[in-house]
Amino acid sequence: MNLTNLDWAIMLIYFVFVLGIGFALKRYMRTSTDFFLSGRSIPAWITGLAFISANLGAQEVIGMGASGAKYGIATSHFYWIGAIPAMVFVGIFMMPFYYGSKARSVPEYLKLRFDEKTRGLNAISFAAMTVFSSGVSLYAVGLLLGSLLGWDFNFSILVAAVIVLAYVFLGGLTSAIYNEVLQFFLIVFGFLPLVFLGLRDAGGWSGLQTRLATVATANGFAPGAWSESWRFMGDPSSNPMGVEWFGLAMGLGFVLSFGYWCTDFLVVQRAMAADSMSAARRTPLIAAVPKMFFPFLVILPGMIAIALTHQAGQSGFALPAKPDGSLNYDMAIPLMLGHYFPTGMLGVGLTALIASFMSGMAGNVTAFNTVWTYDIYQSYIKRGASDQHYLWMGRMATVFGILASVAAAYVATRFNNIMDMLQLVFAFVNAPLFATFLLGMFWKRSTGHGAFLGLLSGTLAAAVHHGSTLPRGAVVGIKGGWFGHLHTYPSEMAQNFWTAIFAWTTCFVVTIVISLLTKPREQEELRGLVYSLTEKPSEEHLVWYKRPVTLAVVVLALTLVLNIIFW
Amino acid sequence: MGLDIRTPIGLMFALVGALLTLASFFLSSEIYHRSLGINVNFWWGIVMFIFGITMFFLGRRDGSTVKPTAESPEGLKIEAEEHRTGTEVDTRNENE
Repeated sequence: MNLTNLDWAIMLIYFVFVLGIGFALKRYMRTSTDFFLSGRSIPAWITGLAFISANLGAQEVIGMGASGAKYGIATSHFYWIGAIPAMVFVGIFMMPFYYGSKARSVPEYLKLRFDEKTRGLNAISFAAMTVFSSGVSLYAVGLLLGSLLGWDFNFSILVAAVIVLAYVFLGGLTSAIYNEVLQFFLIVFGFLPLVFLGLRDAGGWSGLQTRLATVATANGFAPGAWSESWRFMGDPSSNPMGVEWFGLAMGLGFVLSFGYWCTDFLVVQRAMAADSMSAARRTPLIAAVPKMFFPFLVILPGMIAIALTHQAGQSGFALPAKPDGSLNYDMAIPLMLGHYFPTGMLGVGLTALIASFMSGMAGNVTAFNTVWTYDIYQSYIKRGASDQHYLWMGRMATVFGILASVAAAYVATRFNNIMDMLQLVFAFVNAPLFATFLLGMFWKRSTGHGAFLGLLSGTLAAAVHHGSTLPRGAVVGIKGGWFGHLHTYPSEMAQNFWTAIFAWTTCFVVTIVISLLTKPREQEELRGLVYSLTEKPSEEHLVWYKRPVTLAVVVLALTLVLNIIFW
Repeated sequence: MGLDIRTPIGLMFALVGALLTLASFFLSSEIYHRSLGINVNFWWGIVMFIFGITMFFLGRRDGSTVKPTAESPEGLKIEAEEHRTGTEVDTRNENE
């Protein structure tokens, strides 16, 4: 890819603004609350955009584009049955407890609701996971800049790490949130012309459908398998994902999506920074509106890329092959940018891509420094120090988090299946967590011992299930089967969804059983933490479009319409 | 907090948009072969510029979007409740 000075100038302007925002916010970071929670003072539309942008890192932009090429429109299930219903649920039902309990982090809510050991378990596994995934984001930056621009891997990592360090160190969570909003608009403006040009080239949606039909038949599926999201979900062998509707709805729709969007502090932290209860509840609902249209921005280019690849002679575009002969789907979006954008616009597109990786990393780092400082350092290492000390510690944790991410990025270079490993860890740790929160928030009888043992056994169940099953055609090892081989799934995705279902169910059942056997807490102590003992937030004083329930109904109706259109 | 995020976003998009549109006059039209003959730099530059200017003026007009708790009815209610229950948090010098 040949960049000219014009492209570099655009990239430079972005970097100057990113650092400028950090410097401009530095003087507002007086207390630890300012640094970790933005002083709980940010309006809902900003926290809403940050809510989805924090997650819009390498895994989403590159990963969803790749899945679009590999599985077609069915990838939209990650949005239209996965993320959106979960975001509505967290806004309507869970935010009153997160925001209302004045917990400063998700692990801290677990401490208030259950006990110290449940918080400790969650805090430590979460801190490790954030460092790991921020390292993978960094690794993706190095890989991408290397293969597209010929930059040195070490140099790319260094530049990205130093810039993220600078703006988080200076401006804390506010700086991360502001840059996430900036990045959101960059992604939209950088990718919209790509989708426009790609669709135009393919002959519009109907032209793309015709082209994708040849892709589907060439892979041995019915012609619509790449362009119809639900029609082929009846049987795992008739769709490229290799999953059936039940595993999809339960595993992805219920367990994995709710587990991620409702309990992951990385996203919940954005809502906690909102300036009022109703703003906190509106955060995920506002986020859901652009989120439901993301498939057109990130999945569609992947679908166009695979359609063009199948007519490479005519289109002049082809996805490269990996050493083992399979297509390198991860290159779909970066190569599409290079294929359609002339110099100038190419600078905007690449800057958007780099911006998304950097803010994916910053999101993880801000969540890490908060959990480290409040839930590990203040709870177990140094209690009762001055606020200034914790503010200082937050800055140190930022430095440490970045250094650890750099180390994780180098570890990633030594394993070729680092992404699989990350997926696995998420399924093991996040899947059972949603059962814990569901019971904690809606069943006042659940106890700390129940929650702790439920979480542990849920993770164990995930490991046992993964260890005793294999996706079709895989070898024993990271893909499973290291424990024995009881069942073969049609695809890795199906195995992943069922691992999550097993983990969730085990955690749910064990938490209930142990809770019934142990002593419940006094009801008085649970006020504000459990649904039945908490006053419902009143919304009468708000205009109708600001009421969370109205927004939720609109969001769900729109999502339903999208599901039906692309059925 | 005094910084409205729309101000820097507006400035950046206006700058990048203007740069793209201006540059499109100096670039040879051959480069648009890949973008299906459409001068994307010129047109998208204008769109980004308009978006940037709009954001910038919205940010200027409203002043700060980030208000202290005490400036919203909900915030006042929360503070009153905190005052009543003695759980008030002094955000200037928080001691835990």
